[in-house]
Amino acid sequence: MSVPYTGPKVCLWTLDHPNPAALETYVANGGYAALKKILAEKVPAEKIIEEVKLSALRGRGGAGFPTGLKWSFMPRNYDGDKYVVCNTDEGEPGTFKDRDIVEFNPHQLIEGMIIAGYTLGARAGYNYIHGEIFELYQSWEKALEEARAAGYLGKNICGSGWDFDLHAHHGYGAYVCGEETALLESLEGKKGQPRFKPPFPASYGLYGKPTTINNTETLASIPWIMRHGGQAFLDLGKPNNGGTKIFSISGHVNKPGNYEIPLGTPFGDLLEMAGGVRNGHKLKAVIPGGSSAPVLPADVMMACTLDFDSIAKAGSMLGSGAVIVMDETTCMVKALERLSYFYYEESCGQCTPCREGTGWMYRVIKRIEHGEGRPEDLDLLMNVGTNIAGRTICALGDAAVGPVQSFIKHFRKEFEYHIEHKKCLVGS
Amino acid sequence: MTLSAESLAQIDKEIAKYPADQKQSAVMAALRIAQVEKGWLAPETIEFVAAYLGMPAIAVYEVATFYNMYELEPCGRHKITVCTNLPCQLQGADKVADYLKQKLGIDFGETTPDGRFTLREGECFGTCGSGPLCLHNNHKMHTHLSPEVVDKLLDELK
Ligand SMILES: Cc1cc2nc3c(=O)[nH]c(=O)nc-3n(C[C@H](O)[C@H](O)[C@H](O)COP(=O)(O)O)c2cc1C
Ligand code: SF4
Ligand code: FES
Repeated sequence: MSVPYTGPKVCLWTLDHPNPAALETYVANGGYAALKKILAEKVPAEKIIEEVKLSALRGRGGAGFPTGLKWSFMPRNYDGDKYVVCNTDEGEPGTFKDRDIVEFNPHQLIEGMIIAGYTLGARAGYNYIHGEIFELYQSWEKALEEARAAGYLGKNICGSGWDFDLHAHHGYGAYVCGEETALLESLEGKKGQPRFKPPFPASYGLYGKPTTINNTETLASIPWIMRHGGQAFLDLGKPNNGGTKIFSISGHVNKPGNYEIPLGTPFGDLLEMAGGVRNGHKLKAVIPGGSSAPVLPADVMMACTLDFDSIAKAGSMLGSGAVIVMDETTCMVKALERLSYFYYEESCGQCTPCREGTGWMYRVIKRIEHGEGRPEDLDLLMNVGTNIAGRTICALGDAAVGPVQSFIKHFRKEFEYHIEHKKCLVGS
Repeated sequence: MTLSAESLAQIDKEIAKYPADQKQSAVMAALRIAQVEKGWLAPETIEFVAAYLGMPAIAVYEVATFYNMYELEPCGRHKITVCTNLPCQLQGADKVADYLKQKLGIDFGETTPDGRFTLREGECFGTCGSGPLCLHNNHKMHTHLSPEVVDKLLDELK
């Protein structure tokens, strides 16, 4: 691949235009054409789902679950209300891609949600927007107004006789609401505490009705797939990993930001696009998929390509595509202390292992960082982690454990040095 | 206790987004709107929202205490929330936070004696590429913070 990537982009292409968010920009470049065609030709839902399956689009929210397969779980012959919900809660530290889709290409997300609503037989859709980005909540509501005025939303869409509407729902500061069932509880006006699964949202979702929840980037990819075909989307990436993907790169790089590149791009290329490691420092470690993804040492990361399969093979996960870069001046104990505080702070408190365990891990890491660590602390941390993972209602418990176990696995010496010498090995 | 006609109109707009029998879905928005008007959520404000939406007050309290952008105690005219999570920390958030604390003479969670500023520590705002950053009164984000940018911002907030 040439650096920087200059091929087609699925989501952030509007940034090459003067008014990226404008309805006219979107329509002038083929926007809403896929929706109109689907409605005019009454394309059967099965055909749309087949196309999405062919595209190998995998969920961009973290788990990488195949979207076509998820859509096929929605009950076809249910004649009550159904819903489609978009997850723009984006609170996973390191992730800041969905905000750019909402800010710079809102109509593609709207078209994607409408096509999803048509395919899944939904009566309405909601977009749950992260609390701290209120300005984007407002701008997305404006885009909805524009779409409504242009006849893409509301009654009798594009003269098809089909009704569908979309609304925005604004979060107010709770990371756990990114978890899909917590998000549904929050949409219902409750505390955002995750539900036991099963039942899954496809059978018991919003207000107890069948519901499909997808990430913003996932839904925004749908119009592109319907316009250019599933095969073309698949060909952008690599087998089993269709499409381009937005990588949010942050931390110790010269140009933090979003870069939309094909899945399967070597990590080194992304690092180069982001201007390389800042101040000419050496790369030390990378968290490749948002704070919940296990950390990888520099050499392992440099050998990875950026796709779900390659990063899973290296022992971490692509997650949301949030790449957190740390250079040689980073104290891994301090970095882990901050992450473990985050999970402790954000645990919803429903499950004892998560509620108690996250606090316990944080306190132990904190005392190691502050020169009060004990020789047995590392084993203790691993042990607490083992007692949380897999024993909780939602994946936040596992997410809290991943960083702790991987930081200790790859940087054990640094932790031991802290405990033994009561000070930091790197001195930052 | 009541809210202004303008706030009530905004709440009604939120209620209309949800099915007629699901007014409760608008509770988060109603609390946000009430907080913008009143500055914080006093018990009587929470009870007003509960009555307005036909919810038990306890259910509204549960929501108000769960989400961390609601203020359950009086707070400064200008609430500054700094994200200190790892990506922002790597980009210098700690230094910005220390600068703010020193300049305002308060720690996270405190309010200046003149009631002008409250300082809070926040978790990831989903905008890490532009850090260090802060939120002003929950709704306005300021990015790429440095001591100079902070000086300018604080001067503007009377
Ligand atoms: C603690 C936690 C936080 C999550 N946060 C988000 C988030 O901010 N955005 C998101 O899209 N998915 C998030 N997820 C994943 C969602 O539960 C869900 O899998 C996803 O929205 C499905 O969309 P997708 O299939 O399109 O990826 C989170 C999961 C957990 C356990
Ligand atoms: S794992 Fe943690 S966040 Fe998830 S439901 Fe249990 S207590 Fe809540
Ligand atoms: S870590 Fe600060 S905005 Fe994400």
